[in-house]
Amino acid sequence: MIALIIFGAVFVFALGCSIAMLFAKNAVHTALFLVGSQVALAVAFLLQGAHFVAAVQIIIYAGAIMVLFLFVVMLLGVDRSEVLVEPLPAQRQLALALGALLAAGITYIALTSVDLIGADRTQDLAAINRNPGNVLAVARTLFSRYLLGFEATSVLLVAAIVGVMVLARRVDSVTALGAEAPSSEEREVA
Amino acid sequence: MSAILDFIGVGFIVALVKALVVFAALLLTTILVVWFERKVIADMQSRVGPSRWGPFGLLQTLADGIKLFFKEDFRPQGADKWAYALAPVLAMVPAILGFAVVPVGGVLGFGDTKVGLVGSDLNVGILYFLAMGSLNVYGIVLAGWASGSKYPLLGGIRSTAQLISYETSLGLSLVPIALVAGSLSTVQIVQAQAGTVGNVTFFDGIPILEQVSSLFKFIPNWFIWSQWPAFAIFFISGIAETNRAPFDLPEAESELVAGYHTEYSGIRFALFFLGEYVHVVLISAMAVTLFFGGWDGPIFPFLSWLWPLIWFTLKTIAFVYLFVWLRATMPRLRYDRLMWLGWKRLIPAALLWIMVTAVVNTAGIDRGVRLAVFGALFLLVLGFVIRGDPRQKTAVSPQRRVSSGTA
Amino acid sequence: MTEVAPGYYLALAGLMFSIGVIGALVRRNAIVIFMFIELMLNAVNLMFVTFSRIRGSVDGQILVFFVLVVAAAEAVVGLAIILVIVRRRSSANVDDVSLLRW
Repeated sequence: MIALIIFGAVFVFALGCSIAMLFAKNAVHTALFLVGSQVALAVAFLLQGAHFVAAVQIIIYAGAIMVLFLFVVMLLGVDRSEVLVEPLPAQRQLALALGALLAAGITYIALTSVDLIGADRTQDLAAINRNPGNVLAVARTLFSRYLLGFEATSVLLVAAIVGVMVLARRVDSVTALGAEAPSSEEREVA
Repeated sequence: MSAILDFIGVGFIVALVKALVVFAALLLTTILVVWFERKVIADMQSRVGPSRWGPFGLLQTLADGIKLFFKEDFRPQGADKWAYALAPVLAMVPAILGFAVVPVGGVLGFGDTKVGLVGSDLNVGILYFLAMGSLNVYGIVLAGWASGSKYPLLGGIRSTAQLISYETSLGLSLVPIALVAGSLSTVQIVQAQAGTVGNVTFFDGIPILEQVSSLFKFIPNWFIWSQWPAFAIFFISGIAETNRAPFDLPEAESELVAGYHTEYSGIRFALFFLGEYVHVVLISAMAVTLFFGGWDGPIFPFLSWLWPLIWFTLKTIAFVYLFVWLRATMPRLRYDRLMWLGWKRLIPAALLWIMVTAVVNTAGIDRGVRLAVFGALFLLVLGFVIRGDPRQKTAVSPQRRVSSGTA
Repeated sequence: MTEVAPGYYLALAGLMFSIGVIGALVRRNAIVIFMFIELMLNAVNLMFVTFSRIRGSVDGQILVFFVLVVAAAEAVVGLAIILVIVRRRSSANVDDVSLLRW
């Protein structure tokens, strides 16, 4: 029963924040609503027994990625300059219509397709969470079956770091003279 | 009544009581810590400090709180209404929530109900602490942006960069602890530190080290002995996380007036103030939990359930004192030095130390190899940390470069 | 605790994903569009976690972990690109960079 109440709160909060994102004029407000929906989703993860992922969701998404967004918005001062003139005719109406169609379709499938998905094995996951525990289970799976993917992400991160260093470097007189470059604003977050 | 109890469950009521007790205790602690800081700093500067209200001026903070509460709540014209109101709350709430995973004692028994003296023994306790720390950024960033004024904005941008940088080293410094304890749960980490170092056999059979280590068999088995580099990184990053001196750049009064809370007054300012001190207590309590055995300590037969609480409180107070001491003695870092310390020293040192801990604690590797790696990398980390900034000796400072006309 | 049927979680994820799609199509600020893409990734994460619960194994949670890492890398690179564009054009409006050249 309590799970149902919490789920209701998560549902309303996450969806409310997402819809508010659409209407927020200010980029900082949009970012804040996104943080709100991410925290709500972390609670939804917790409700479904994904403790490790919930913690990581807050640390990386809310704590690092969104802070970086806010940092860039504040640094560039683009928070009050959105032009809402639509160059393409009827794009907004079309986007709304197709989005509503997508939402209706996914919701219909989600609520009716229990047969498609197969049996609900929530109890199996609960057993895993009791023994050996969520963190241990995730670690064992990650470092055995998904080890190659894990290593590949490290390559991806290094590539991202190098790319950002190249992109964000400011070629100015100080660097041209051979002195140390000013520290780059972009930080690797993961 | 019992029907209601069945509906919501005993666990829920216990959790609610715990939350209320922790919250009340934290508010009281904050009041005392503010008084403590003022007294200690006054003592270090040969002053008397607050002395008028209550014995030893104990009620001074309460008087300040009442004054702030009745002050005018002022909002600048260019401020963003909602974000301006939200920021002080966001600065305080995550710090308080972080206490949910701090174990302050063992298990208490009320009849047949066993209540652990910890808000919640999460299996991702350390990660939860880090998550709350990372949410703490928003209070400062939003305050800086929402004030609609330039000094707060500068403070906000500074704090974003600072907190993202030092969160990384804070997180990395906790990885070796998780490796050694074999768990992310704070309660299990405290339990892993029980007993004395007498049962550690790592140096047995090595001529000199064995004798030396046997001299210290009475010392409690806290992680600080083997993990002091991790502790140093943790504590430095923790100070940076709380925005306290010497890392108080977001509110540097000589450069930014008061940084992110320049435009705040009254009760909203009090919330920022409260948040900062709760965070100081949180970092102290986490340092005690992770490195100094938590509530571990000698337990005497008289009032045996109270001793863990007393040990925990005493250790935490020691760390709060360290915070105050640092504030009284250390000058503020320059911004580029701050970034240098975080990115070029703390993070590489933390990564190296994770490697050392991993190698030394792997059972399958030959012990000679582990000892050699331990010694070599220990010295390497030490040298790396104390070598200092090579630029300091050779480079010309930015101001001099401009004035000498080479740019 | 897990009494709510997985279908409702999937529905929530689907609704959030749709909102992300609409937002990415409607808004014109590059950073805001980026945020809606993050919203879509979040909705997909919720789906992965729910599927992990339905399947009774943690594999779905591993996928969330990978999505997080990729999202971090993508956000950093994307924001750097926006930074460069704003330096050149002093605007983050996506219509200003429709020519595919400087």
